[in-house]
Amino acid sequence: MSTDRIEKRVVLRAPRSRVWRAIADAKEFGTWFRITLDGAFAAGRTVRGSHGNFKVEMRVERIEPERYFSYRWHPYPKDPATDYSGEPMTLVEFTLEEVEGGTALTIVESGFDRVPLARRAEAFRMNTEGWGGQIKNLAAYVS
Amino acid sequence: MSRSPNAAVLFAALGDVTRLSLLRRLSVDGPLSITRLSEGTGVTRQAITKHLHTLGDVGLVRHARRGRERVWELERKRLEKARVYLDQIAAQWDAAAGRLKAFVENS
Repeated sequence: MSTDRIEKRVVLRAPRSRVWRAIADAKEFGTWFRITLDGAFAAGRTVRGSHGNFKVEMRVERIEPERYFSYRWHPYPKDPATDYSGEPMTLVEFTLEEVEGGTALTIVESGFDRVPLARRAEAFRMNTEGWGGQIKNLAAYVS
Repeated sequence: MSRSPNAAVLFAALGDVTRLSLLRRLSVDGPLSITRLSEGTGVTRQAITKHLHTLGDVGLVRHARRGRERVWELERKRLEKARVYLDQIAAQWDAAAGRLKAFVENS
């Protein structure tokens, strides 16, 4: 079992162009991701986002229209009081594929093996304090 | 000494170069004595012993007898728990993917 990557695959009952817009359009991305982003996605560009205390910086890597979108960031969860700028980032990749009845989306986040162990430990602590409950809220909301 | 410390304690125990290299040694070479573990490390036996006890306290290693020798070995089950971190991040992606699904299917 890899400790370096996470992979999720989900089939969405929507055309590929619709799914693409929801991912590649920063405003739409922000809607479902629940974050307010300060600009459009473009390769090489860093887009900043926030949701209350929670802040992210997405460094857009590559955009292949209707097929592939990737960015780097400091992985979840994050403590607003900590400066992460010197730490390795993980790579998040969205890959779209047309399938019968809709669009298959694969989300891969990789590079966790380079995240310092101390940070992973902190992530645990934060998870225990807050994320556990949040995940339950989200699960209840989407189901 | 707790055998089920929380994850932060586990990772604190892992967050040391000497301890990580001890774990690597044990994982590659199998159970080893303190003498063998300190060979060529430039670290004293006393220091190695202390590090092994730190790892032992969080359940990552344990000592056993092999013949007349006392050896240290990995607790593999405990190491696998380090994977919990990724599982939690994966759960967040599940939630985000669920919201994306609702978003594109209902608009």
